[in-house]
Amino acid sequence: MSNTSSGAASFLKTSVKQPYIWAIAALVLLLIINLIKDPSYLGISVNAVTGDLSGNLIDILRASAPIMMIAVGMTLVIATRGIDLSVGSVMAVSGAVSMEFMHDAGDGSLGSALMAIALALGISAFLGLINGVLVSIVGLQPFITTLIMMLAGRGLAKVITSGQNTSASNEFFRWIANGTVLGFPVVFIIGAVIVALVALLVRRSALGLMIESIGINPKAARMAGIRPVGLLIFVYILSGVLAGVAGIFSTASVMTVEVAKTGFSSEMDAILAVVIGGTSLAGGKFSLTGSVIGALLIATLDKTIVFLAIPSSATPAFKAIVIVAICLLQSQRVRALFSQRRARTSTPRKEAVSA
Amino acid sequence: MTSVIERPSAPQSPHTPSLVSRLKPNLETLPTLAAIVIFVGMIIYGEIAYGRILQFSTLSNLFINNAYLIILAVGLTFVILTGGVDLSVGAIIAISSLVGVMLANAGWNPFVVIVLMILIGSAFGAASGILIQYFNVQPFIATLAMMFLARGLASMLSTTPERLADESPIRALSTEIKVVDGPKINDLVTTPNVIIAALVVIVAFYVLHKTRFGRTVYAIGGSEQSATLMGLPVVRTKLAIYIISGTLAGLAAVVYTSKLGIAQNITGVGWELDAIAAVIIGGTLLTGGAGFVLGSVIGALVLGLMNVLITRDGSIPPEATTIITGAILLVFVLLQRLVVSRKRKT
Repeated sequence: MSNTSSGAASFLKTSVKQPYIWAIAALVLLLIINLIKDPSYLGISVNAVTGDLSGNLIDILRASAPIMMIAVGMTLVIATRGIDLSVGSVMAVSGAVSMEFMHDAGDGSLGSALMAIALALGISAFLGLINGVLVSIVGLQPFITTLIMMLAGRGLAKVITSGQNTSASNEFFRWIANGTVLGFPVVFIIGAVIVALVALLVRRSALGLMIESIGINPKAARMAGIRPVGLLIFVYILSGVLAGVAGIFSTASVMTVEVAKTGFSSEMDAILAVVIGGTSLAGGKFSLTGSVIGALLIATLDKTIVFLAIPSSATPAFKAIVIVAICLLQSQRVRALFSQRRARTSTPRKEAVSA
Repeated sequence: MTSVIERPSAPQSPHTPSLVSRLKPNLETLPTLAAIVIFVGMIIYGEIAYGRILQFSTLSNLFINNAYLIILAVGLTFVILTGGVDLSVGAIIAISSLVGVMLANAGWNPFVVIVLMILIGSAFGAASGILIQYFNVQPFIATLAMMFLARGLASMLSTTPERLADESPIRALSTEIKVVDGPKINDLVTTPNVIIAALVVIVAFYVLHKTRFGRTVYAIGGSEQSATLMGLPVVRTKLAIYIISGTLAGLAAVVYTSKLGIAQNITGVGWELDAIAAVIIGGTLLTGGAGFVLGSVIGALVLGLMNVLITRDGSIPPEATTIITGAILLVFVLLQRLVVSRKRKT
């Protein structure tokens, strides 16, 4: 976000200093691994008739859209020292509501698709509002509030569809996930536009700064005249709505909501994307660009695991190990260990830089 | 500062029976009293509305079916008393029971298998504890990571239900022993599993209320900083409570597997919420420092009885159970907020 400086050289310089440079490196590494397995992996072909682009990279962009949504919401929540464990369940609720509505409407019209989207986003916002009110006004710990919402939300999704995996047919709704504009998948374009809007909102106004200040020091923020209640509610509602969008994305591609599977363990993906992007779990400064790159990395990782024919059931364990590794790297103890080593092997000037 | 010192000193006097003094109505025991009232109320309501609740067979089944939950809740009581949380218990049950069933079916000695199942829990607990204590990872992040790690490893082992062989000695833990032979099938029965759960509760009660370790646990929950300044072994104790929680989750896996005889990678999804709910309903403060083990047992029984009533009622869809559990948990957490803020004012 701060890379507005002119000149490619200085841009490169600031990029290298960003914490998400390692995420980009990992992304490139994963692509290289895929490239070794299949030299034509990065190829993008153009369908002569429809002008659609197709290829693995396009697939990755398509798969990254829902993760991007929940990761952006989670970034802002984590920046306020909170956490939103309910995103996966909100995805399921949003998918269940939209599928159930279109299944009952049954006419496959544009109107019912829009109504389904409005309903899904509305209920997601409402669930986010409940989280926000409980965290800010009542003062409950974020993780217990959203943990209750995570399990109650999954139950709610099952109640909405009465335990069934509801399917519906609606070409307009399906277009969101499977359609293309100028050859690019619609789902990625919508995702990118939403991310850009959120980024504009928080970075071009004082909103982002205020969110960061709550996370860095709530007391000082309050002394400075920042009211945390409204901000917290806003952040949790935004996280809920974005999770709702992610739910629409992931159900639209198959036009079925799997109440037990849609969005299952997505909260882990979102947290992972956020920490990969360099936002500390302790709150404070956040980087939306980093989280988007984190989301791309996770989508690539998922695809790579399938591509290399590793059993996909291994993915959660693998992601958990990555999270643990990143948490370890962020901890004081490991950092102290590294800076000690550096101090022993190099000049004291370099140590000052690392500290 | 004074309240911090007072709280851990409550169980220090061995002459006054701590249970009785704790049951006196005051703000701190209000949630537990509420839980007992709800439990009794549920029994009375169930007896009037559906009948056959207050009888030997139903009550025995309540204990037999919820032995694992009682063990989990006891483990989490330790963790929550220090102000932490352990989200990995459900996933630990999945991996531990899956490994146990697979090894038992491969012909391993059942005692070795049981010990191994418990040790798997200890290992995950130790990993969480090390992350939290030595690397300053927030408890819920560390245990969430362990939850996904355990669940992922379990999914790698098998994604289909694994059935424990019928003649496996592990199943002996769920043989029913008649204590009182009532008319027809109305017997008071118990299983070794229930006895294990009861032993866990007794040992935990003794450890928490009568030993130096237990007092340290309360002190950490009251204020970790003060506990450190008082020279209490904070690091060792916090590490130990996560190992205890993991170990008890492993033990709960043994109990559950012996009862059901089936292990699957999705066993125990959401049980961490049940266990947390049991602890909170039982009156342990989510922020730590106050609460006790017997309350958690009541909490687990309330949840178990709720399931019985929902099944008897039949009009509530089983999918709604998690919503109801969540709602009850929310009500009790709100009650705690109320109690704590009231206490600060006085």
